[in-house]
Amino acid sequence: MAVELGTWGVPVAVLAGAIRVSTPFIFVSLGECITERSGRVNLGLEGTLVMGAMVGYGGSYLTGSPWLGVLAAGLVGVLLGALHGFLCARPRVNDIAVGIGLMLFGCGLAFFFGKPLIQPSAARLPAIPFGFWSDSSQIQDALRVNVLFLLGVVLAPAVSFALKRTRWGLIVRTVGESAEAARAMGYDVNRVRTLATMAGGFLAGIGGSFLSLFYPGSWNEGLSSGQGLMAVALVIFARWDPVRCLYASLLFGGASALGPALQAVGVTTGYYLFNAAPYALTLLIMVLSSSATRTSADQPAELTVAR
Amino acid sequence: MSATSPVPTSPAGASGQAPSARQDRVLGPSLLKRFEPLLISLAAICATLLVFGVFLLFDGLNPLEVYEVMFRGAFGTSFSFQNTLQRSAPLMLTALCTALPMQLGLLIIGGEGALVVGGVAAAVIGLAMKGSSPYAVLTAMLFAGAISGGLWIALAGALRAYRGVNETISSLLLSYIAIALMNHLVEGALRDPESLNKPATHHIGEVNMLGPIPGLDVHWGLIYGLIACLVGFVLMKRTIFGFAASMTGGNLRAALLSGLRVRHLMVLTCFLAGAAAGTAGMVEVAAVHGRANASLVAGYGYTGILVAFVARQNPLGVIPVALLLGGIGASGGLLQRNFNLPDATVNVLQGILFMLILVSETLYGKLDLWSFARSAAARKAAQPPVAA
Repeated sequence: MAVELGTWGVPVAVLAGAIRVSTPFIFVSLGECITERSGRVNLGLEGTLVMGAMVGYGGSYLTGSPWLGVLAAGLVGVLLGALHGFLCARPRVNDIAVGIGLMLFGCGLAFFFGKPLIQPSAARLPAIPFGFWSDSSQIQDALRVNVLFLLGVVLAPAVSFALKRTRWGLIVRTVGESAEAARAMGYDVNRVRTLATMAGGFLAGIGGSFLSLFYPGSWNEGLSSGQGLMAVALVIFARWDPVRCLYASLLFGGASALGPALQAVGVTTGYYLFNAAPYALTLLIMVLSSSATRTSADQPAELTVAR
Repeated sequence: MSATSPVPTSPAGASGQAPSARQDRVLGPSLLKRFEPLLISLAAICATLLVFGVFLLFDGLNPLEVYEVMFRGAFGTSFSFQNTLQRSAPLMLTALCTALPMQLGLLIIGGEGALVVGGVAAAVIGLAMKGSSPYAVLTAMLFAGAISGGLWIALAGALRAYRGVNETISSLLLSYIAIALMNHLVEGALRDPESLNKPATHHIGEVNMLGPIPGLDVHWGLIYGLIACLVGFVLMKRTIFGFAASMTGGNLRAALLSGLRVRHLMVLTCFLAGAAAGTAGMVEVAAVHGRANASLVAGYGYTGILVAFVARQNPLGVIPVALLLGGIGASGGLLQRNFNLPDATVNVLQGILFMLILVSETLYGKLDLWSFARSAAARKAAQPPVAA
């Protein structure tokens, strides 16, 4: 039954990777996008991601329903976001530094409570086999698309619409562009930012649950390798536009899948170098999209990360 | 381009009115100011013990018992104290990797990567010079580690200075790239065929290892760390270079207007920062592992960030904080054995400490005790003497 694809397997595997690996990127970057639009940076989404992965897995294991796990992961993200927002609302507290603290805290907490979850296996998220038309098992594998991915694809334009066309979006953007103007209009800047960070945490937690409940599909301590951080860079690359975040996530997913895809067809030299591909790509993109003398016009003016 | 750093050294933010000259003489507020960071840090550490204690209570443990064991595991016996010293050496060096650029308002968190790069470079040079006198080999390894680590972080600094790339994210991305590069080299070109399940470079040879300090069971890396912290302190607090750095960190525009070469400062400071972390990698290879492998990725870089923040980015303050956190790390094994706590317990404690330290930043200039004492003294001074 299985048709050998040969070297054509590489682009197919990269496509499969783009779909599979990009899902956490989509959720984390959309979450970070909402947070940054309100004028704050949450570098702690890496911790939220790992925490979401642990809680999602634990929730699915305890309740037997992976979707309850996803929900629990999102709620934990909300809590961590609220913590970030609360700490940053204190005077003289730097949001980037708090993010680094939350990153350590979230990972530590996840490893602490996740110890007993390494052995048992929890119910996974289902996938929709879009590849039924093909005889090739590789293509069938590649097109086994997870529901969360589709949700992310729908979510990106939805977030974009919410930011551009709704009252809530306008408030978030006002706070992000000029805290003083927002204050003059009677909005509580810290509250709006905290809520935006909580919303971002919700999405990042869901992104984390994808890691443990679909791909790679189990909980262990090496589950996340900086996706939460790369998402922050990705938002800068996407110039704070949710739809562009989606495209950038797909690009990153593909880059991450390059190493394993080449290894699968027998190209093993430089396997570890290809592991560096997504990071190198992120760095390259940041170099190309930054400028020493001017800031991007799309950048929320209250933001400090992309000086 | 506003300075976003929580640089704690700036004297701004003092509450209340400016004290009169008389009060200055009587109360010496500069002296109080000097102890303010120390007091606030200590308060944050105490608060951490409280919060973590509650965490332990929920876990069904007696916090006092746990702290007693932690203390024993860190400082209780000469063996455990030497273990603590051993661990604090790389922490001092990686903490400088964050603390030095912070004087300029740059938040570098890529110490782990510079450590890995420095360790691999030191191992390569050590292997290439096998057969030379041990002193020559170790000196060359030290320079190789420091220079390669320095260049690694200088890259992040240069990208920031000349391209405006955010140094926090770029330095972290460089860490991941460094680890991938090391895996590539250790799996391929540099691999010792005898290292089976944990690929590593060849051993640099026992004669070329960095030995213990006479009379102690602690390697010379500790001295490297202490010297680096002292040099860092003198450089940043007692020289024109350091003044220029803190001026840039305090007010970038003023620094530019007064003609400081801010970009050079950034790149050079980042180089020094990376050199410190690279030295930590060299120490790990030359004194502990004897070869470069994945053991280098032990989290010293990340704990170093925490050390720098607890020390309020003061290179001299890094020394006691590195001892404290080295001790916490050293006690981890004992905690695991005695209470069956997972090894991530230490990470939880570190995370709580990190956030409380950041929140304590908000206490600056708000220590009610001081302003209370000051206003009381002011009232007293305003009153006419009772009996002339």
